[in-house]
Amino acid sequence: MAKGQKKFRSVGTRPIRHDGIDKVTGRANYGADFALPGMLWGGVLRSPHAHARVLGIDASKALEIEGVKAVITSADLPVIEAGDGPTNFWDLSRNILARDKVLYHGHAVAAVAATTAVIAARALERVEVEYEVLPQVQDVMEAMSPDAPLLHEDMFTKGLDPKPEHPSNVARRMEIARGDLENGFAQANVVVEREFTTRSVHQGYIEPHAVVARTGEDGQVVVWCSSQGHFMVRQYCATVLGLDTSQIKVIPAEIGGGFGGKTTVYLEPLAILLSQRSGRPVKIVMSREEEFRATGPAPGSRIRAKLGARNDGTLTACEAQLYFEAGAFPGSPVMAACMTMLAPYTVENLSLVGYDVCVNKPKTAAYRAPGAPIGSFAIETLIDELAEMLGIDPVDLRLHNAAHEGSQAPYGPKFRRIGYRETLETARAHPQYRTPLERNQGRGVASGFWFNAGMQSSAAVNVNEDGTVQVVSPNPDIGGSRVSLALMAAEELGIDVERVRPVVADTETIGYSDLTGGSRVTFATGMAVVEAARKVIEQLRERAAKIWGIDVSQVEWNEGYALPGQGNGEHDPLSLAEIATSASRTGGTICGNVSLNARGAAPGFATHICDVEVDPETGRVEILRYAAVQDVGKAIHPSYVEGQMQGGVAQGIGWALNEELVYDEDGVLENPGFLDYRIPVASDLPMIDTILVEVANPTHPYGVRGVGEVPIVPPLAAVANAIYAATGVRMRDLPISPPRLVDALDGKHSG
Amino acid sequence: MDPKTHVHTHINGEPVEFLSEAYRSLLEILRDELMLTGTKEGCTTGDCGACSVTLDGRLVCSCLVLAVEAEGRRVGTVEGIARGETLHPVQQKLLEHAALQCGVCTPGIVVAATSLLERNPDPTEREVRYWLAGNLCRCTGYDKIIRAVLDAASELRGASPNVLE
Repeated sequence: MAKGQKKFRSVGTRPIRHDGIDKVTGRANYGADFALPGMLWGGVLRSPHAHARVLGIDASKALEIEGVKAVITSADLPVIEAGDGPTNFWDLSRNILARDKVLYHGHAVAAVAATTAVIAARALERVEVEYEVLPQVQDVMEAMSPDAPLLHEDMFTKGLDPKPEHPSNVARRMEIARGDLENGFAQANVVVEREFTTRSVHQGYIEPHAVVARTGEDGQVVVWCSSQGHFMVRQYCATVLGLDTSQIKVIPAEIGGGFGGKTTVYLEPLAILLSQRSGRPVKIVMSREEEFRATGPAPGSRIRAKLGARNDGTLTACEAQLYFEAGAFPGSPVMAACMTMLAPYTVENLSLVGYDVCVNKPKTAAYRAPGAPIGSFAIETLIDELAEMLGIDPVDLRLHNAAHEGSQAPYGPKFRRIGYRETLETARAHPQYRTPLERNQGRGVASGFWFNAGMQSSAAVNVNEDGTVQVVSPNPDIGGSRVSLALMAAEELGIDVERVRPVVADTETIGYSDLTGGSRVTFATGMAVVEAARKVIEQLRERAAKIWGIDVSQVEWNEGYALPGQGNGEHDPLSLAEIATSASRTGGTICGNVSLNARGAAPGFATHICDVEVDPETGRVEILRYAAVQDVGKAIHPSYVEGQMQGGVAQGIGWALNEELVYDEDGVLENPGFLDYRIPVASDLPMIDTILVEVANPTHPYGVRGVGEVPIVPPLAAVANAIYAATGVRMRDLPISPPRLVDALDGKHSG
Repeated sequence: MDPKTHVHTHINGEPVEFLSEAYRSLLEILRDELMLTGTKEGCTTGDCGACSVTLDGRLVCSCLVLAVEAEGRRVGTVEGIARGETLHPVQQKLLEHAALQCGVCTPGIVVAATSLLERNPDPTEREVRYWLAGNLCRCTGYDKIIRAVLDAASELRGASPNVLE
């Protein structure tokens, strides 16, 4: 425990999660586990072309098949007016069912509902689509050239002055700048300038998207699905289908992983529409192939970056251009990459320019700290190069330039209390940093940053008549948030966490809340739970005051008991359970409801150490040891914090070494399965050591910072830097798969 | 309607009958006909292990087994691992180690790990990693899963906790 921190009773302990037994016995219901009587099975017809005009769709032969109950196309969707804003519903509508053109191999064209999944699949084969195949573009740099095939003939690059005269695949140009770049580089004794390439990668959650939708004669819709936010599903479905929000109820299933990939809708509006057309409940489950072909990858990218430093290690200037693949519609996280890549450092002079570029691939979706791992890969590699050139230890070089309380983030505001330096100092002192290395082995270090989000959350704390407590959460529990929220309620109320039962409520039984994303649930929904518990404590004190006949100001709440203050007569303490049991006689049910827009989410920083061994014959990289150090603010349930860090590291290692969506020259995805899109398996990884640094976030009652996203940021460069240390070869093109590494090693030996 | 075969099998020790077309997988029948949805579908190509079950005691991906192949055989699913109210040590240790986040791979891990410990009660860390290499988990980085399985193995042997390699 950090010095000066309050001693906690529940927070910081490691109880078994309340939903755990359901999950180890197979009882927990995920998206695809739900079924209704009379339910139909839906299927989606997807484009075999990366870019084509849809000249006509004829579903008549499909409808002739016995058991086929409905076929829908984009003609069945209301036309959405062109829109902008955080979610562009014009784009969303065209992504869930192509209108006029298909923009990627896998773009949905039509959907059917039939009495069995097999009949639905046969019906899809009988839907006739006439395509005019168009030239397509996959590579982000080619997509920017003036003669590139245009995905959207009416799209003009935003952020240019004057406004361009010709349409372009570049949706937007963005820039972050400060200081004097020329002067900054003039101050530098050493400058490195390099290019980096990363490929499209997939979130790779194990549970495919799945939905059951049922519509009634009264126009009411019920949706069962797994998502990172059932309120998001409700809003998106209502908007693209032209329904009132109050017409749709979304019941959240357990979610089998998301990592950002379940922050939008693909199937839900189709299932609702098919249910409306057929009058029956409709279930649709994506296949793994559909997941890879049509759901959100993280962008492929090209980066050119230049970084200068003085001989003492002071970073003086940075200039970078980032080109990100948005996929079929605008919206890559290139701005987030610009904002995060230098956030750990106090560089005074910088110019970071980002381009959001449409290509014929699925529209990108969020993936754990969207954009940050890509930008960071470039900067953290350059820092490693500078450290070597200057003969300074890479951790010391980072410490010399480390952002701190009061320093200005590249994206504007001044940092409040942050723990970046602490992560560096802890990493430097970690035994792994001094473990001797052998031949073909190397060690890499990298750091990372993520903003972490606050946003809107609701929560309820309801005291049951026996003194047990329900905590009602609006957020799907993607990695243990139920138990974290229960721990905070137990802490406030002063009762055992086993007496608290956390539940995830549907859209009709709790107030609106934003997504489970942005590492925000334990922070923001946690704040709502704490405030709701405090409302409950006020009521408990009032009831005790009433029972004792004293003024409420004289009643203290301490460790689960009401106590009369000094000079208020002799009264035995009243437990929460005793007050709850008599609640009906003292004023009725005791409960607290809170909705808030959480501010003060504190950024997270991490520093990772990676040791590898490279087989020079095969190019295979083995991760020998890995240590992740992170400022977590305050770990409510340390085991699940460690788990977030270990999981993020594993995904980052996969991104660095193996993962890439491979498209052929026609834009057809060649590896839409887990055999060929290889995520790390148990035998690929060592134990992942986690070191939790706790620099409390002063705006959260317990000091919580988001923890889920930062850990995927450092591994890309940590692995690449380790490979350099082992081989002397700089790998700036991800993934560093065995063929690429062997080629690079051969190049080194022949060159 | 495609012709169906009448299949007689045992699932988790109980006699079970069902009808299935020749092309349907055991996974589909378990989930969609018998409502045993503890067995998960992650890929249907045998790559992810979420659908792990045992067939006559052998660990298989139920997505790669035709339902009619269950005729006369014994199928074990995650629903049959706990004994009444008592969890199997593998289940208990997964909970104690917080070795699940989303939990969707967990049923497959439970079936695969119990199958490992039945044939190898004292596995090394490396053996556990290779045995579970067919069970993809995207949340945990496997660290806590491996520790939980080694811990369960020690408990089942009645031994002191395993020392990691």
